[in-house]
Amino acid sequence: MTATTDAAVPMVLARAVRKSFGDNEVLKGIDLEVAPGEVVSLLGPSGSGKSTFLRCINHLERIDGGEISVNGQLVGYRRSGGKKYELRPREVAAARRDVGMVFQRFNLFPHRTALENVMEAPVFVKNEAKGSARSRALDLLDRVGLGDRSAAYPAQLSGGQQQRVAIARALAMEPTLMLFDEPTSALDPELVGEVLDVMKSLAAEGMTMIVVTHEIGFAREVCDRVVFMDGGVIVEQGEPGVLFTNPQHDRTRTFLSKVL
Amino acid sequence: MPPPEAPAAVAGAHADEPIVRLRHPGRWVAGALLLVLAAMFVNFVLTSPRLRLDLVAGYLFERSILQGLLVTLELTVVAMLVGVVLGTVLAVMRLSENPLLRGAATGYVGLFRGTPILVQLLFWFFLGTVLPQISLGIPFGPAFVSVPTNTLITQFAAAILGLGLNEAAYMAEIVRAGIGSVDRGQTEAAEALGMSPLTTYRRVVLPQAGRLIVPPTANETISMLKLTSLCLVIGLPELTTTAQLIYGRNFQQIPLLIVASLWYLVLTTLLTIVQTRIERRMSRGVLQATRRGNRFGVGGR
Repeated sequence: MTATTDAAVPMVLARAVRKSFGDNEVLKGIDLEVAPGEVVSLLGPSGSGKSTFLRCINHLERIDGGEISVNGQLVGYRRSGGKKYELRPREVAAARRDVGMVFQRFNLFPHRTALENVMEAPVFVKNEAKGSARSRALDLLDRVGLGDRSAAYPAQLSGGQQQRVAIARALAMEPTLMLFDEPTSALDPELVGEVLDVMKSLAAEGMTMIVVTHEIGFAREVCDRVVFMDGGVIVEQGEPGVLFTNPQHDRTRTFLSKVL
Repeated sequence: MPPPEAPAAVAGAHADEPIVRLRHPGRWVAGALLLVLAAMFVNFVLTSPRLRLDLVAGYLFERSILQGLLVTLELTVVAMLVGVVLGTVLAVMRLSENPLLRGAATGYVGLFRGTPILVQLLFWFFLGTVLPQISLGIPFGPAFVSVPTNTLITQFAAAILGLGLNEAAYMAEIVRAGIGSVDRGQTEAAEALGMSPLTTYRRVVLPQAGRLIVPPTANETISMLKLTSLCLVIGLPELTTTAQLIYGRNFQQIPLLIVASLWYLVLTTLLTIVQTRIERRMSRGVLQATRRGNRFGVGGR
């Protein structure tokens, strides 16, 4: 899926990103570059700003300073004459089509079946014909191991199954970038594996992924790079093998000693 | 100190003893009382020479009564349409980020819920006394068209204004609560999929809000059906007014009020059946999941 992307253009480029909620500055200048095909995990204690930063990447949160571009396209703004103009909601929506997102609490549409959840965006955003959307949706449900549950409503599915449907739903828009916001945090321990397996296979197929997670095992095994955040800044980053065995900063060491 | 109970080991010796259930003599007494009252009522209805049930039967399908019924139905439908459309607009205004829109909607709801609907009906009916002409033109400037208020606001129009504008205030609260009940995560998921705000509303928010909006709206419709009888005060010949006009001539008040009541009962019963059907349809995805059909978060009562 990354073959069409120019390797010279980073998939995500964040420069000096700042974000405040009232007086509380949660992002204090984040710089991050993610290459096409790269799998990056954002790690850090709660309140470190990692989820907020992830949400800034597809403009679910409006940034207060700096800039983020995805695939060379500025997120949420249009640059003109030395200024950045805020985009209209419809323009923002159009830009989000290439970025898939998976939430901690799944956020499946409860009034639609698994199949309808997956078909929804292709049909009503991309105006794809229902027939082809349906067959693609069935393929995607097959791919996440839920081909036999396509007629089930979300409330009839386990948490792990719901999250796999949510992944299929995001993939239906054929994104070039996938964002995962603590995708396994709301799951019972025995259901975490099935979701991580789907994510692993996605990574193996070359999807660019940014994953906010507490699953150190997943980060170590699947991710190309681990970014450790604390207090709204990136403290350090590196290959998981290096960062986990030989952290350079005290804050990283303290955090890792608690979760490893 | 009382003597100690028999040790547990001995308790098994009484295992065969029969169990005596608690008796409820109060229930029997209450039941008997109700039966006596019911017998008295039936006796009155069947033997009273003044009740004139024959008149009830005779007037039930009388032409002017049926015409009044039709007016009642028209009033209910049109007033509810005004209420739902204007109420939705008001709800969206109250959820707006513009403080002026929010304030205007809040003021509207306060005004129309804070004054009696009977007063509002009379107000619209008598509007012509303080505003003789209604003009269309440039504000504070010349008018293009000017119409006498009493030509424009007929009895029916006054009724629709009174009932519909009042209903809008209540519907605004219902719609607002419904929209507010949809989880923020739903909108975010829709946005993350690239849906425009309009598509998000149409495909994700409203269908879910509808599950909470429809049952109380059906209740409001049933209320409205009965509220239309207030049009008696402005002399609009709907069902109750028609009944009154007839008993004003023949002095058979109770039989004619029974005629009107029977029609109201028939219509409310029909509406209740429709309401149940719609609720069942709207609870898709919730009903199927809870096998016993105990719908959570649905229904106003």
